[in-house]
Amino acid sequence: MAHIDLGVDENEFPGVRGPLKYRPVTGKPMLELAETLLRGPLSLPTADRELIAAYVSGLNECTYCCSAHSAFAAALLDEGMTLVDQVRADLDSAPVSAKLRALLHIAGAVQRSGREVTPELVEAARAEGVTDEEIHDTVLIAAAFCMVNRYVDGLGTFAPSDPKYYDETARRIISVGYRNTV
Amino acid sequence: MDEAEFPGIRGPLRFRPETGQPLLELVEVLLRGPHPLTPGERELIAAYVSGRNECTYCCSAHSAYAAAQLDEGMTLVDQVRADPDNAPISAKLRALLHIAGAVQVSGREVTPELVATARAEGATDLEIHDTVLIAAAFCMFNRYVDGLGTQPAADPGWYAQASEHIVNTGYRRVV
Repeated sequence: MAHIDLGVDENEFPGVRGPLKYRPVTGKPMLELAETLLRGPLSLPTADRELIAAYVSGLNECTYCCSAHSAFAAALLDEGMTLVDQVRADLDSAPVSAKLRALLHIAGAVQRSGREVTPELVEAARAEGVTDEEIHDTVLIAAAFCMVNRYVDGLGTFAPSDPKYYDETARRIISVGYRNTV
Repeated sequence: MDEAEFPGIRGPLRFRPETGQPLLELVEVLLRGPHPLTPGERELIAAYVSGRNECTYCCSAHSAYAAAQLDEGMTLVDQVRADPDNAPISAKLRALLHIAGAVQVSGREVTPELVATARAEGATDLEIHDTVLIAAAFCMFNRYVDGLGTQPAADPGWYAQASEHIVNTGYRRVV
Protein backbone atom coordinates (compact mmCIF):
# COMPACT_ATOMS: atom_id res chain seq x y z
CA MET A 1 0.00 0.00 0.00
CA ALA A 2 1.35 3.40 -0.97
CA HIS A 3 1.69 6.14 1.69
CA ILE A 4 -1.27 7.99 0.18
CA ASP A 5 -4.53 6.89 -1.44
CA LEU A 6 -3.68 6.99 -5.14
CA GLY A 7 -7.25 6.16 -6.12
CA VAL A 8 -6.20 3.20 -8.27
CA ASP A 9 -5.74 -0.54 -7.92
CA GLU A 10 -2.00 -0.66 -7.30
CA ASN A 11 -1.76 -4.15 -8.75
CA GLU A 12 -3.07 -2.78 -12.01
CA PHE A 13 -1.08 0.48 -11.81
CA PRO A 14 2.12 -0.32 -9.87
CA GLY A 15 5.20 1.86 -9.43
CA VAL A 16 5.18 5.29 -11.00
CA ARG A 17 1.93 4.61 -12.86
CA GLY A 18 -0.22 5.14 -9.74
CA PRO A 19 1.19 8.61 -8.92
CA LEU A 20 1.11 9.60 -12.61
CA LYS A 21 -2.60 8.78 -12.71
CA TYR A 22 -3.23 10.40 -9.33
CA ARG A 23 -1.88 13.76 -10.49
CA PRO A 24 -2.13 14.10 -14.30
CA VAL A 25 -1.11 17.75 -14.22
CA THR A 26 2.41 16.74 -13.12
CA GLY A 27 2.25 13.33 -14.81
CA LYS A 28 1.92 14.83 -18.26
CA PRO A 29 5.19 16.84 -18.31
CA MET A 30 6.99 13.92 -16.62
CA LEU A 31 5.86 11.52 -19.35
CA GLU A 32 6.73 14.07 -22.01
CA LEU A 33 10.23 14.33 -20.51
CA ALA A 34 10.60 10.52 -20.40
CA GLU A 35 9.43 10.18 -24.00
CA THR A 36 11.88 12.82 -25.25
CA LEU A 37 14.83 11.60 -23.18
CA LEU A 38 14.41 7.87 -23.73
CA ARG A 39 12.72 7.63 -27.14
CA GLY A 40 13.05 11.02 -28.85
CA PRO A 41 15.33 11.62 -31.86
CA LEU A 42 18.61 12.00 -29.95
CA SER A 43 21.97 10.63 -31.11
CA LEU A 44 22.33 7.99 -28.37
CA PRO A 45 20.57 4.69 -29.22
CA THR A 46 17.34 4.16 -27.27
CA ALA A 47 18.73 0.90 -25.85
CA ASP A 48 21.71 2.78 -24.38
CA ARG A 49 19.42 5.41 -22.89
CA GLU A 50 17.25 2.74 -21.23
CA LEU A 51 20.43 1.09 -19.95
CA ILE A 52 21.49 4.37 -18.32
CA ALA A 53 18.03 4.60 -16.72
CA ALA A 54 18.25 1.01 -15.44
CA TYR A 55 21.80 1.51 -14.14
CA VAL A 56 20.93 4.67 -12.17
CA SER A 57 17.69 3.14 -10.85
CA GLY A 58 19.71 0.14 -9.62
CA LEU A 59 22.18 2.43 -7.83
CA ASN A 60 19.19 4.13 -6.19
CA GLU A 61 17.81 0.70 -5.25
CA CYS A 62 14.44 1.51 -6.79
CA THR A 63 12.99 -1.94 -7.49
CA TYR A 64 10.14 -0.85 -9.74
CA CYS A 65 12.15 1.52 -11.96
CA CYS A 66 15.18 -0.76 -12.13
CA SER A 67 13.07 -3.82 -13.06
CA ALA A 68 11.07 -1.84 -15.61
CA HIS A 69 13.96 -0.08 -17.38
CA SER A 70 16.11 -3.22 -17.25
CA ALA A 71 13.33 -5.04 -19.10
CA PHE A 72 12.95 -2.15 -21.58
CA ALA A 73 16.73 -2.06 -22.21
CA ALA A 74 16.91 -5.87 -22.54
CA ALA A 75 14.11 -5.85 -25.12
CA LEU A 76 16.06 -3.33 -27.22
CA LEU A 77 19.57 -4.81 -26.86
CA ASP A 78 20.83 -7.71 -29.00
CA GLU A 79 22.49 -9.18 -25.90
CA GLY A 80 19.28 -8.80 -23.87
CA MET A 81 19.11 -9.11 -20.10
CA THR A 82 22.55 -10.76 -19.92
CA LEU A 83 24.19 -7.47 -20.83
CA VAL A 84 21.92 -5.44 -18.52
CA ASP A 85 22.87 -7.73 -15.63
CA GLN A 86 26.58 -7.46 -16.48
CA VAL A 87 26.46 -3.65 -16.60
CA ARG A 88 24.57 -3.46 -13.33
CA ALA A 89 26.86 -5.99 -11.59
CA ASP A 90 30.25 -4.67 -12.77
CA LEU A 91 30.34 -1.80 -15.22
CA ASP A 92 34.11 -1.89 -15.72
CA SER A 93 34.19 -5.48 -16.99
CA ALA A 94 30.86 -5.46 -18.90
CA PRO A 95 31.18 -5.90 -22.69
CA VAL A 96 30.01 -2.41 -23.69
CA SER A 97 31.77 0.15 -25.90
CA ALA A 98 34.32 2.45 -24.26
CA LYS A 99 32.02 5.35 -25.14
CA LEU A 100 28.99 3.87 -23.37
CA ARG A 101 31.15 2.90 -20.38
CA ALA A 102 32.39 6.50 -20.07
CA LEU A 103 28.80 7.78 -20.22
CA LEU A 104 27.69 5.28 -17.56
CA HIS A 105 30.52 6.53 -15.33
CA ILE A 106 29.13 10.06 -15.70
CA ALA A 107 25.62 8.74 -14.92
CA GLY A 108 26.95 7.00 -11.80
CA ALA A 109 28.55 10.24 -10.63
CA VAL A 110 25.29 12.15 -11.17
CA GLN A 111 23.48 9.53 -9.08
CA ARG A 112 25.68 10.44 -6.08
CA SER A 113 25.63 14.20 -6.70
CA GLY A 114 25.89 16.61 -9.60
CA ARG A 115 29.09 17.81 -7.97
CA GLU A 116 30.68 14.38 -8.54
CA VAL A 117 30.84 14.94 -12.31
CA THR A 118 34.49 15.94 -12.65
CA PRO A 119 36.20 17.51 -15.68
CA GLU A 120 38.19 14.23 -15.87
CA LEU A 121 35.02 12.13 -16.31
CA VAL A 122 33.84 14.49 -19.05
CA GLU A 123 37.27 14.47 -20.72
CA ALA A 124 37.37 10.66 -20.67
CA ALA A 125 33.97 10.56 -22.41
CA ARG A 126 35.02 13.17 -24.96
CA ALA A 127 38.17 11.14 -25.74
CA GLU A 128 35.86 8.26 -26.71
CA GLY A 129 34.04 10.48 -29.19
CA VAL A 130 31.12 11.60 -27.06
CA THR A 131 29.46 14.86 -28.15
CA ASP A 132 28.25 17.74 -25.96
CA GLU A 133 24.67 16.69 -26.69
CA GLU A 134 25.38 13.13 -25.52
CA ILE A 135 26.99 14.38 -22.31
CA HIS A 136 24.00 16.64 -21.74
CA ASP A 137 21.49 13.87 -22.38
CA THR A 138 23.33 11.39 -20.14
CA VAL A 139 23.44 13.88 -17.25
CA LEU A 140 19.75 14.67 -17.65
CA ILE A 141 18.66 11.01 -17.95
CA ALA A 142 20.61 10.18 -14.77
CA ALA A 143 19.25 13.25 -12.97
CA ALA A 144 15.68 12.53 -14.12
CA PHE A 145 15.86 9.01 -12.70
CA CYS A 146 17.10 10.43 -9.39
CA MET A 147 13.73 12.22 -9.44
CA VAL A 148 11.56 9.34 -10.64
CA ASN A 149 13.19 6.79 -8.27
CA ARG A 150 12.53 9.11 -5.30
CA TYR A 151 8.98 9.75 -6.48
CA VAL A 152 8.23 6.02 -6.73
CA ASP A 153 9.84 5.01 -3.41
CA GLY A 154 9.05 8.24 -1.52
CA LEU A 155 5.34 7.47 -1.99
CA GLY A 156 5.86 3.82 -1.05
CA THR A 157 4.33 2.45 -4.26
CA PHE A 158 4.03 -1.25 -5.05
CA ALA A 159 6.57 -3.07 -7.25
CA PRO A 160 5.40 -6.35 -8.86
CA SER A 161 7.79 -9.26 -8.26
CA ASP A 162 6.69 -11.22 -11.35
CA PRO A 163 9.14 -10.53 -14.24
CA LYS A 164 6.24 -11.13 -16.66
CA TYR A 165 4.73 -7.77 -15.69
CA TYR A 166 7.88 -5.92 -16.75
CA ASP A 167 8.25 -7.91 -19.99
CA GLU A 168 4.67 -7.13 -20.95
CA THR A 169 5.18 -3.47 -20.07
CA ALA A 170 8.36 -3.42 -22.19
CA ARG A 171 6.38 -4.61 -25.21
CA ARG A 172 3.83 -1.85 -24.72
CA ILE A 173 6.41 0.92 -24.14
CA ILE A 174 8.37 -0.12 -27.21
CA SER A 175 5.29 -0.12 -29.40
CA VAL A 176 3.41 2.96 -28.11
CA GLY A 177 5.89 4.91 -25.98
CA TYR A 178 5.57 6.66 -22.63
CA ARG A 179 3.00 9.34 -23.38
CA ASN A 180 0.01 7.02 -23.14
CA THR A 181 1.44 4.75 -20.48
CA VAL A 182 -1.18 5.74 -17.90
CA MET B 1 25.83 31.20 -25.28
CA ASP B 2 27.02 33.68 -22.69
CA GLU B 3 26.79 31.82 -19.39
CA ALA B 4 26.97 35.09 -17.46
CA GLU B 5 23.70 36.11 -19.09
CA PHE B 6 22.10 32.65 -18.63
CA PRO B 7 23.50 31.27 -15.36
CA GLY B 8 22.64 27.96 -13.73
CA ILE B 9 19.85 25.96 -15.32
CA ARG B 10 19.04 28.62 -17.89
CA GLY B 11 21.93 27.57 -20.12
CA PRO B 12 20.96 23.85 -20.32
CA LEU B 13 17.26 24.74 -20.76
CA ARG B 14 18.20 26.83 -23.80
CA PHE B 15 20.69 24.24 -25.07
CA ARG B 16 17.98 21.54 -25.32
CA PRO B 17 14.55 23.18 -25.64
CA GLU B 18 12.81 19.83 -26.26
CA THR B 19 13.66 18.74 -22.71
CA GLY B 20 13.60 22.31 -21.34
CA GLN B 21 9.92 22.75 -22.17
CA PRO B 22 8.57 19.79 -20.09
CA LEU B 23 11.01 20.67 -17.27
CA LEU B 24 9.64 24.23 -17.12
CA GLU B 25 6.06 22.96 -17.36
CA LEU B 26 6.71 20.61 -14.42
CA VAL B 27 8.24 23.32 -12.23
CA GLU B 28 5.46 25.78 -13.09
CA VAL B 29 2.76 23.31 -12.05
CA LEU B 30 4.64 22.14 -8.94
CA LEU B 31 5.63 25.56 -7.58
CA ARG B 32 2.94 27.91 -8.91
CA GLY B 33 -0.10 25.85 -9.91
CA PRO B 34 -3.32 25.97 -7.85
CA HIS B 35 -2.52 24.20 -4.58
CA PRO B 36 -3.31 24.29 -0.83
CA LEU B 37 0.37 25.06 -0.11
CA THR B 38 1.27 28.65 -1.05
CA PRO B 39 3.91 29.32 -3.72
CA GLY B 40 6.13 30.72 -0.94
CA GLU B 41 5.87 27.45 1.03
CA ARG B 42 6.58 25.35 -2.06
CA GLU B 43 9.58 27.51 -3.01
CA LEU B 44 10.80 27.03 0.57
CA ILE B 45 10.74 23.23 0.08
CA ALA B 46 12.69 23.69 -3.19
CA ALA B 47 15.27 25.95 -1.48
CA TYR B 48 15.62 23.57 1.48
CA VAL B 49 16.28 20.51 -0.73
CA SER B 50 18.63 22.47 -3.01
CA GLY B 51 20.60 23.62 0.03
CA ARG B 52 20.95 20.03 1.23
CA ASN B 53 22.19 19.06 -2.24
CA GLU B 54 24.66 21.99 -2.02
CA CYS B 55 23.49 23.34 -5.37
CA THR B 56 24.50 27.00 -5.15
CA TYR B 57 22.50 28.25 -8.13
CA CYS B 58 19.22 26.48 -7.29
CA CYS B 59 19.45 27.21 -3.59
CA SER B 60 20.18 30.92 -4.17
CA ALA B 61 17.43 31.20 -6.77
CA HIS B 62 14.66 29.38 -4.88
CA SER B 63 15.62 31.05 -1.59
CA ALA B 64 15.10 34.40 -3.33
CA TYR B 65 11.81 33.25 -4.89
CA ALA B 66 10.60 31.95 -1.50
CA ALA B 67 11.67 35.15 0.28
CA ALA B 68 9.80 37.27 -2.28
CA GLN B 69 6.57 35.37 -1.55
CA LEU B 70 6.76 34.93 2.23
CA ASP B 71 5.81 37.71 4.67
CA GLU B 72 8.90 36.99 6.76
CA GLY B 73 11.18 37.11 3.72
CA MET B 74 14.76 35.87 3.67
CA THR B 75 14.94 35.77 7.49
CA LEU B 76 12.56 32.83 7.52
CA VAL B 77 14.28 31.12 4.58
CA ASP B 78 17.62 31.35 6.41
CA GLN B 79 16.06 30.01 9.63
CA VAL B 80 14.50 27.02 7.85
CA ARG B 81 17.72 26.20 6.01
CA ALA B 82 19.81 26.48 9.20
CA ASP B 83 17.53 24.59 11.56
CA PRO B 84 14.05 23.52 10.44
CA ASP B 85 13.24 22.10 13.87
CA ASN B 86 13.43 25.53 15.49
CA ALA B 87 12.29 27.73 12.61
CA PRO B 88 9.01 29.65 13.23
CA ILE B 89 6.84 27.71 10.78
CA SER B 90 3.64 25.69 11.21
CA ALA B 91 3.90 22.12 12.52
CA LYS B 92 2.42 20.96 9.23
CA LEU B 93 5.06 22.67 7.10
CA ARG B 94 7.78 21.37 9.43
CA ALA B 95 6.49 17.80 8.99
CA LEU B 96 6.43 18.26 5.21
CA LEU B 97 10.01 19.58 5.27
CA HIS B 98 11.03 16.45 7.18
CA ILE B 99 9.53 14.36 4.38
CA ALA B 100 11.36 16.49 1.79
CA GLY B 101 14.61 16.01 3.70
CA ALA B 102 14.10 12.24 3.67
CA VAL B 103 13.41 12.27 -0.09
CA GLN B 104 16.66 14.19 -0.61
CA VAL B 105 18.56 11.25 0.93
CA SER B 106 16.52 8.52 -0.80
CA GLY B 107 12.90 7.76 -1.57
CA ARG B 108 13.31 4.77 0.74
CA GLU B 109 13.91 7.11 3.70
CA VAL B 110 10.27 8.25 3.70
CA THR B 111 8.88 6.15 6.52
CA PRO B 112 5.22 5.53 7.43
CA GLU B 113 6.03 7.44 10.66
CA LEU B 114 7.08 10.61 8.78
CA VAL B 115 3.88 10.41 6.74
CA ALA B 116 1.71 9.76 9.82
CA THR B 117 3.25 12.76 11.60
CA ALA B 118 2.47 15.02 8.62
CA ARG B 119 -1.07 13.68 8.48
CA ALA B 120 -1.54 14.29 12.23
CA GLU B 121 -0.65 17.94 11.60
CA GLY B 122 -3.34 18.16 8.93
CA ALA B 123 -1.34 17.45 5.76
CA THR B 124 -3.52 16.01 2.99
CA ASP B 125 -2.62 13.29 0.49
CA LEU B 126 -2.19 15.98 -2.17
CA GLU B 127 0.21 17.97 0.03
CA ILE B 128 2.23 14.84 0.82
CA HIS B 129 2.31 13.89 -2.87
CA ASP B 130 3.45 17.31 -4.02
CA THR B 131 6.05 17.60 -1.25
CA VAL B 132 7.58 14.27 -2.34
CA LEU B 133 7.54 15.31 -5.99
CA ILE B 134 8.94 18.82 -5.37
CA ALA B 135 11.79 17.32 -3.32
CA ALA B 136 12.39 14.60 -5.94
CA ALA B 137 12.28 17.13 -8.80
CA PHE B 138 14.93 19.28 -7.12
CA CYS B 139 17.11 16.19 -6.72
CA MET B 140 16.92 16.17 -10.53
CA PHE B 141 17.36 19.91 -11.14
CA ASN B 142 20.28 20.19 -8.69
CA ARG B 143 22.09 17.30 -10.43
CA TYR B 144 21.35 18.74 -13.86
CA VAL B 145 22.77 22.14 -12.91
CA ASP B 146 25.88 20.86 -11.11
CA GLY B 147 26.41 17.77 -13.29
CA LEU B 148 26.94 20.05 -16.29
CA GLY B 149 29.20 22.34 -14.24
CA THR B 150 27.13 25.47 -14.88
CA GLN B 151 28.01 28.68 -13.07
CA PRO B 152 25.82 30.41 -10.50
CA ALA B 153 25.09 34.11 -11.03
CA ALA B 154 28.18 36.27 -10.40
CA ASP B 155 26.12 39.07 -8.82
CA PRO B 156 24.05 38.01 -5.77
CA GLY B 157 21.55 40.74 -6.75
CA TRP B 158 20.71 38.71 -9.87
CA TYR B 159 18.50 36.31 -7.89
CA ALA B 160 16.32 39.06 -6.39
CA GLN B 161 15.84 40.49 -9.88
CA ALA B 162 15.01 37.06 -11.26
CA SER B 163 12.47 36.57 -8.47
CA GLU B 164 10.42 39.56 -9.70
CA HIS B 165 10.14 37.96 -13.11
CA ILE B 166 9.23 34.54 -11.67
CA VAL B 167 6.61 35.97 -9.30
CA ASN B 168 5.02 38.07 -12.06
CA THR B 169 5.20 35.82 -15.10
CA GLY B 170 6.16 32.34 -13.91
CA TYR B 171 8.58 29.73 -15.17
CA ARG B 172 7.24 28.86 -18.61
CA ARG B 173 8.92 31.77 -20.40
CA VAL B 174 12.03 31.96 -18.26
CA VAL B 175 14.30 31.10 -21.17
